Amino acid sequence: MSTAVRPDVFRVHTGDVLPLDRANVDTDQIIPKQFLKSIKRTGFGENLFDAWRFLDFGDIGKPLVEREVNPDFVLNDPRYRRVSILVARRNFGCGSSREHAVWSLQQYGFKVVIAPSFADIFHNNCYKNGLLPIRLSEAQVEFLFSRALGERALKLTIDLPSQLVCADSIEPIAFEIEHHRKRQLLHGLDEIGLTLEKSDLIRDFEREHRKSMPWLFA
Amino acid sequence: MGRTVHEKLWDSHFVGWRDDGLGILYIDRHLLHEVTSPQAFSGLAAARRKPWRLDTNLATPDHNVPTTDRDLGIEGIDDVVAKEQVATLDKNCRRYGIRQFELTDVRQGIVHVVGPEQGATLPGMTIVCGDSHTSTHGAFGALAHGIGTSEVEHVLATQCLVQQKSKNFSIELTGRMPPGTCAKDVILAIIRMIGTAGATGHTIEYRGDAIASMSMEERMTICNMSIEAGARAGLVGVDDTTIAYLEGRPLAPSGHLWKEAVETWRQFVTDDDSVFDASVTLAVDDLKPQVSWGTNPELVIDVDEPVPDPASFDAAKAETAERALAYMGLNSGQALTELELDRVFIGSCTNARIEDLRIAARIAKGRRVCSRLKSAMVVPGSGLVKRQAEREGLHEIFKSAGFEWRDAGCSMCLAMNADKLVPDEGAASTSNRNFEGRQGHLGRTHLVSPATAAASAVAGRIADAREFAA
Repeated sequence: MSTAVRPDVFRVHTGDVLPLDRANVDTDQIIPKQFLKSIKRTGFGENLFDAWRFLDFGDIGKPLVEREVNPDFVLNDPRYRRVSILVARRNFGCGSSREHAVWSLQQYGFKVVIAPSFADIFHNNCYKNGLLPIRLSEAQVEFLFSRALGERALKLTIDLPSQLVCADSIEPIAFEIEHHRKRQLLHGLDEIGLTLEKSDLIRDFEREHRKSMPWLFA
Repeated sequence: MGRTVHEKLWDSHFVGWRDDGLGILYIDRHLLHEVTSPQAFSGLAAARRKPWRLDTNLATPDHNVPTTDRDLGIEGIDDVVAKEQVATLDKNCRRYGIRQFELTDVRQGIVHVVGPEQGATLPGMTIVCGDSHTSTHGAFGALAHGIGTSEVEHVLATQCLVQQKSKNFSIELTGRMPPGTCAKDVILAIIRMIGTAGATGHTIEYRGDAIASMSMEERMTICNMSIEAGARAGLVGVDDTTIAYLEGRPLAPSGHLWKEAVETWRQFVTDDDSVFDASVTLAVDDLKPQVSWGTNPELVIDVDEPVPDPASFDAAKAETAERALAYMGLNSGQALTELELDRVFIGSCTNARIEDLRIAARIAKGRRVCSRLKSAMVVPGSGLVKRQAEREGLHEIFKSAGFEWRDAGCSMCLAMNADKLVPDEGAASTSNRNFEGRQGHLGRTHLVSPATAAASAVAGRIADAREFAA
């Protein structure tokens, strides 16, 4: 039986917000390179933001209990113990194409990332795995920060079918998402399977392509 | 209305529409390396799928390989986890019959150096790789961009990607570069100007007389760092320089196919009446050597400029600048040329080709690496670059100056192997990213050209390469 890798299904999610007040969060910060030596798709959650979360240098196989926690990093703040929605500043996920960045966010427990803008490759990688990236305006993100920095964590409900970010005390915030992306997340579709449904089309193209650029088929 | 190179590449690879309304784009060349492919191969196997077309794939290990004791092959990798990853690439390539330049093959090297060198990168191609610096190959009039591991699997299984066409961004480069400056200074100046997200959602086309007069290797340096300006792809239209570079390369067409190919390739230029969604112009006549002072590649200044005051940035960027100063151990107003360095790195997919090594060697010749430096390393981009450099005697110049002469790989650009900075060490580096910890935990990177790197190795601090220019 075939078991294609499918993204997580996303419909409605309620969770606490982590306010990560930084712009240009690059994928090297999300998951540092030493953890990319793994050939598996799992086990990256423990080392999410490793160099920011811990004061000592982390490496594969170093147990969490032996790590020196950085008390100043927001993720270590007791208020944010159960976060699953990350809010950050512009150009989130820039740099390396490593999909491990998305895997580590998900495996830590994040379901949603909200920012004013995302780097292209990271943004694309999110959908492939069922992590929902939401673009909001700078002002809307600023508003979420102001609410998330209170004594208790801000709880949000992300409603994908109606495309709304909701919380008890605030007006729902609408967000945009392309139709196909939404469908992909709602159903956890096997992307490769969808493309393979068009195998005949690909073969037809290939035949013509061979005629126009035969050196690519030599 | 005319079409841009990007539009011509898109149109000539558009397969059709999927039922969900998404466009399918055909991929001509898929480059693989050890770090982002294992999960794609295991996904493929789990779904009982096979590669669609074997001959478009080309693999080589680069990210995770040692740059010493190459003759030991895979046994020379001390780190057992890294070794397993390289062995997994070998295993996957053998299992499916994918062509690989293995660790001990002289053709092994950084995947973005290997592709063009072999003629595996050709004009008019769509090229992808699970690495963001795939934009390098755009220098050949190809549509080339980095992809994630899920897409690596998608390309293996279908020979296609599901894509949305990006917008067109024109960057016109005019004039003549002054002595002591390099293509690296040009791209750093561009990123400084448009910012790290300046070209997000766009494919950049580099145009103008300054690009036309550049070599292929210089164009590759520029296209390579398109991703640092937010663009997934950067490219240059095909001209005589492109074609001259490719003739006789092992995987380039030959005989009557060469003639036919050249005719087709010449069409991959932007039509005069094309319209771009965005455009900027940069005159390179007054360009000075560029040096990054901060922790993202837009935080760059002229080598003779003081480190800026965070208050001079707009509010949204001031905090980033403040944080960068603290991380880098710098004060605003400080001259970078006063900054003592610990290490110098000459290498990476940005600057490890033969012309880069020649530039560095010209400065190193007859000089000595400052004794205060812990190391100054030259890491050729491929085994063939290394061999060529040795034929030219460059290795002797480097070695007698006190540089370490290493084997090919990504090395200290991302510091996945043993080549790395230790906390608080500062480096002048010809690589492409100065993120926190990029070159080693708490290490401090200054991105520079190969000329500036060589000059800085001699000076033991960030140096003005113009003072070393012949």
